[in-house]
Formats: sequence, C-alpha cells, structure tokens
Amino acid sequence: MAAAAAALRHGARVTLLEAGYNLGGQYWRHLAHERRGAQEHRLHHGWSTFQRLRDEISGHPDCDVVFGASVWAIDRHDDAPPVVHVMVGAPDGTDREPRSYTPGRLILATGGQERTLPFPGWDLPGVFTAGAAQALAKGERVAVGRRVLVAGAGPFLLPVVSSLIRTGATVVGVAEASGRSRLTRGWLTRPWELASASSKAGELGGYLKDLVRHRVPYWTGQTVVAAHGTDRVHSVTLAALHPDWTRVEGSERVVEVDAVCVSHGFVPRTELAIAAGCQLDEQGFVTTDAGQQTSVPNVYSAGELTGIGGADLALAEGEVAGTTAAGGVPRPLLVGQRKALRNFATRLEAAHGIRPGWQTWPDPGTMLCRCEDVTVGELRDIAAKTRSRGLRSLKLTTRAGLGVCQGRTCGRNVEDLLGPNLLQAGRTSRRPIATPVRLGELAATLTPEREDPLP
Amino acid sequence: MGPQRLPVAQDPVAPRDSGPLTITVDGAQVTGQVGQTVAGLLLGAGHVSWRTSRTGRPRGVFCGIGVCFDCLVTVNDIPDVRACQRRATEGDVVSTEPPTRETPA
Ligand SMILES: Cc1cc2nc3c(=O)[nH]c(=O)nc-3n(C[C@H](O)[C@H](O)[C@H](O)COP(=O)(O)OP(=O)(O)OC[C@H]3O[C@@H](n4cnc5c(N)ncnc54)[C@H](O)[C@@H]3O)c2cc1C
Ligand code: FES
Repeated sequence: MAAAAAALRHGARVTLLEAGYNLGGQYWRHLAHERRGAQEHRLHHGWSTFQRLRDEISGHPDCDVVFGASVWAIDRHDDAPPVVHVMVGAPDGTDREPRSYTPGRLILATGGQERTLPFPGWDLPGVFTAGAAQALAKGERVAVGRRVLVAGAGPFLLPVVSSLIRTGATVVGVAEASGRSRLTRGWLTRPWELASASSKAGELGGYLKDLVRHRVPYWTGQTVVAAHGTDRVHSVTLAALHPDWTRVEGSERVVEVDAVCVSHGFVPRTELAIAAGCQLDEQGFVTTDAGQQTSVPNVYSAGELTGIGGADLALAEGEVAGTTAAGGVPRPLLVGQRKALRNFATRLEAAHGIRPGWQTWPDPGTMLCRCEDVTVGELRDIAAKTRSRGLRSLKLTTRAGLGVCQGRTCGRNVEDLLGPNLLQAGRTSRRPIATPVRLGELAATLTPEREDPLP
Repeated sequence: MGPQRLPVAQDPVAPRDSGPLTITVDGAQVTGQVGQTVAGLLLGAGHVSWRTSRTGRPRGVFCGIGVCFDCLVTVNDIPDVRACQRRATEGDVVSTEPPTRETPA
C-alpha cells in the first residue's frame, strides 16, 4: 500500500495485485466490508494511517486495485521486464481469469509467514499459529479458544494477547522463550535507538497495559514443549529453557487450555522474488540497494521480504520503493526512519531470534511434515541410514516437504534438523509455482488473454 | 470450550450485522455472518477440525493465512479449497472429503 501510494504521488500508473479480499496486509487485516465495525480501530495501531493510504489508493484514477489476484508465476527475461502471471477470482476456484502483466517496474511485497518449531502434539487441532489467532480475531471476530495460552518468542506475542482479549477469550499466560538476561541485553542496550523508533515503543506500551489490566502472566525463559489431547488439545506442558533454548529437565508443569497460539519467528515468502531472479542473503531475505531495488534491474522489494522488521519498517521501505520505482528521490526524513526501524529489527533478532536448542523439544514420534505425516524420527533415521546429505534426495526418500504446502511449514525445520553439513541449504524455499493453480487453469493460460502494463 | 464467534452485541469493535449466512457441511447446516470465510464459519460454530491427514490425524486451521494447507475442504464439488482463504457464499455445499479419489491432485 505504501509503495503504491508513493508511486502514485510521483506520477506513476499503478496496478496493485492482492490475493486477498481487502487491502491492509496481515497487520491491518480487518472485517469484510459488509461487516465493517464502527470501532475497528480498537483492534489496530495506526488505523488512521491505514485509512489514509486506502483512500489515497482506491480513489486514485491512475490506480487499479485487483483483489483475488494470486500471482502464481513470474517469467524472468534478461533484457526485458519480467512477465507477471496472475489468476483472478475466488481463492482456489476453478473459473479464475488468467492475466499477464508486463510492468515497467515491479515491486514485490509478499510479506512473511510464521515459522513454527515442532514439539510433541503441535499438530493437534487447537494448536494455532499466533498469526492465525490474529487473523481470525481481526478478520472474523472469532476467538480460537476460551482459555488460551500464547507461546513463542518476540514482541508479536503481545498484540495477539490484546486481540484475543478483545475477542472474548481468556489468556492464561504468555510464555516468551528468551530469558530475562537476553531480553535485557537486546532491549536495554543503546536506549537512544529505541527513542527514534518511538511509534513502535508506544505500540508495545499499549499491549503491556492490556497484560497488566487483565492480569495475564508473562513468563520469560519458558515455552510450550508439548500439547496433549487425542483429537484436540486439552492441556500443554510448559518448561523452562536454558539460554540456548534447550529445556531445563524437571521444570515442566501442565496447564489446562483449549487452544494454544505459537509463534517462534517469521520467515519471508520469497517464491516470487526467487522466480524473478532476485538475489537473497544467507538468511534467505531479498537484498536491496538504498532505493529498495533488488539485484534485478527494475524489480524492487519492501517489507518482510527484505528482513523481518514489522509493519512500520514495511511502510517506510514501501514508500522508498514506490518513490524510486516512479523515478523520485525519497525524503531524507523517510530514509532516516527506515534506518532507525532497521536498528530496531536487529534488536528484536538479538533478543528473540530462534536458538538451536529447540531441537531437543521434539521426540522421535513428533510430526515434522504435517502434510505427509513424516516424523522427526523418520527424517533422522533415513538421513542416518542413507548417509544422504542432499536435501532433494532426502525429500524424495522421506517425503518431508513434498506435500501440498511444498515445505512452506516444515522446510526450515527440516534444514535445521539435518544440520550444517546439508548440501543445498536454503533450497526448501524454491517452488516453481508460488500459489496453487489447477491443471485446467494452467492450460487456459497457454493463450494469454490480455497483456496489461503496470506503472 | 473451543473456538467461538463473538456475538455482535458483545463486540467492542461494533461490527455491522451483515445478516446470517448458511452453508451445509457434510449435510449439516452451519450458520455464520455474511463476509466470513468457510474456516471462520466452521470455527465460529465450534468446529476445531474437519479433515484427516494421510495417516488419519485430525486437521483444521493452523496458519490461518493460506500457507499450510491444513484447512482444505471441497466446496461445491471443487476439491482442495483452502477454507481460511475462501469466503463463504449462501448455500455453499462444503464437504470434508474430496468428491472422488480417482484423479491424483
Ligand atoms: C498472520 C500474521 C499476522 C500478523 N499480525 C501482526 C500484528 O497483529 N501485529 C504486528 O505488529 N505484526 C503482525 N504481523 C507481522 C506484520 O504483518 C508484518 O510486520 C507486516 O504486515 C509486514 O508487511 P508486508 O507488507 O511486508 O507484508 P504483509 O502485510 O504480509 O502483506 C503482504 C501481502 O501480499 C499478499 N500476497 C502474498 N503473496 C501473494 C501472491 N502470490 N499474489 C498476490 N498477493 C500476495 C498477501 O495477501 C498480503 O496482503 C503478522 C504477520 C502474520 C504472518
Ligand atoms: S489454515 Fe493454513 S492454509 Fe488455511
């Protein structure tokens, strides 16, 4: 949204392709228009910024916003702009309209997804990603449970608590995996940097007030190491963690819940960036220059794709990307903001980033790939027996990562469990088709019906 | 216990009453509000799982944003629709089993 608005301000013609039904992305996910709430701002921070951007974009004569537009492939051409292939219509439908665009400039801002670490019982119904709880609360007004525990790492756990409370759930506690000393080091060193990301600090303060007002305990250095139940979760085991996230034996206690929301971290959704040929760094993020241009000329990127930094950083990067893509020069103030917010993101990673000790949580029977039902034990056995270190061959033998989600959920965990000797690390994020298309729809695209230019 | 949709009258967000919407799920009627997704409707009515994995483990919503494919249902005979991504329309016939297993996906 920020990129589109900035590009429009600099005189470009813009097509905004959004797979969902609404503007706002994950952060400003909101109710369907028919159900819009008079007080919806109560679930959000910066709601007026959202409204301003939305009005700027949707009312603009040079902007075409296409909803239900799933970009499923990008064809890369060395000396010509990439071709963007889209299916437009109801998600996963059979009668969607194939379209292709050949934009002069392409801005990729596909965001991120949660990375959930496996523990015994994590595939039981009633265990949700924290993002799912958030999406259901904001977009549906559905609480995932009545007695909910929130666990994982990072400040994102806090808005989830606030939304759950405002959706009628009782939050029995928040378990933050990072211990006190690491949190203090991450958050309290160089406090002046925090001041320049002050909008973020104010937002976090609001969530903390909710914790206090509703007496929600915040446990540091603890996490959920098992979920119990047969066909749905009825309780979880919490355990204390050492600084490297290995569990402290003997520290376990059981808490009764009917839902648990877990969020251990975020990973970028890079399918389209990879298809476009953009270079990634070692952590798998898209690399960009000062103007947010990727390694591919005329292809720009912003938001979680370039690094996990939260909505404010995504907005700043989007504005820079939209400005430079439209031939403008970003305001120095904006560039300064982006820098402050990037520092903030570095802090988050230092305070909350995933630690390797998580590999002690799963037991051999713990599900690893939820699509193909491959357990952690099976992956380890086959890897040991075949002495295979190639990710592709291991995928084919174990089937881990070969299911319908194509390794989106388990890919990083498989890579970590197989260890540093793995050949072709990072390969689990390579997928030829970014979102599902049906064979019939594919056949229909062989004769493109229209070619529309972007900006 | 379990998931629930917050009744409009108790909702601090004050959503518009968009009117009821009813679909059938494996022959039973499930009612929610106009504008909800199939998954929102199912969870709002208290269902936590509606599918089984390859080895028979129950699956419902996990990621909520279209990434994990746990929530797949058949909608009006079209298999493999992500319930969390698809908005329900009045009278949708949802089945938790694929129509036939003959054609591999
Ligand atoms: C489920 C979830 C909930 C979150 N909730 C919060 C929260 O409450 N508070 C908070 O501080 N942070 C939250 N975050 C983190 C926050 O969303 C990000 O910091 C911020 O939204 C990043 O903005 P972005 O523009 O990079 O990506 P996003 O906001 O994720 O936007 C990406 C957009 O691209 C669209 N898209 C992706 N792939 C395609 C495709 N192939 N074709 C067409 N469109 C596509 C998506 O539909 C989406 O609208 C959440 C993250 C997730 C995953
Ligand atoms: S819940 Fe993950 S795709 Fe629907």
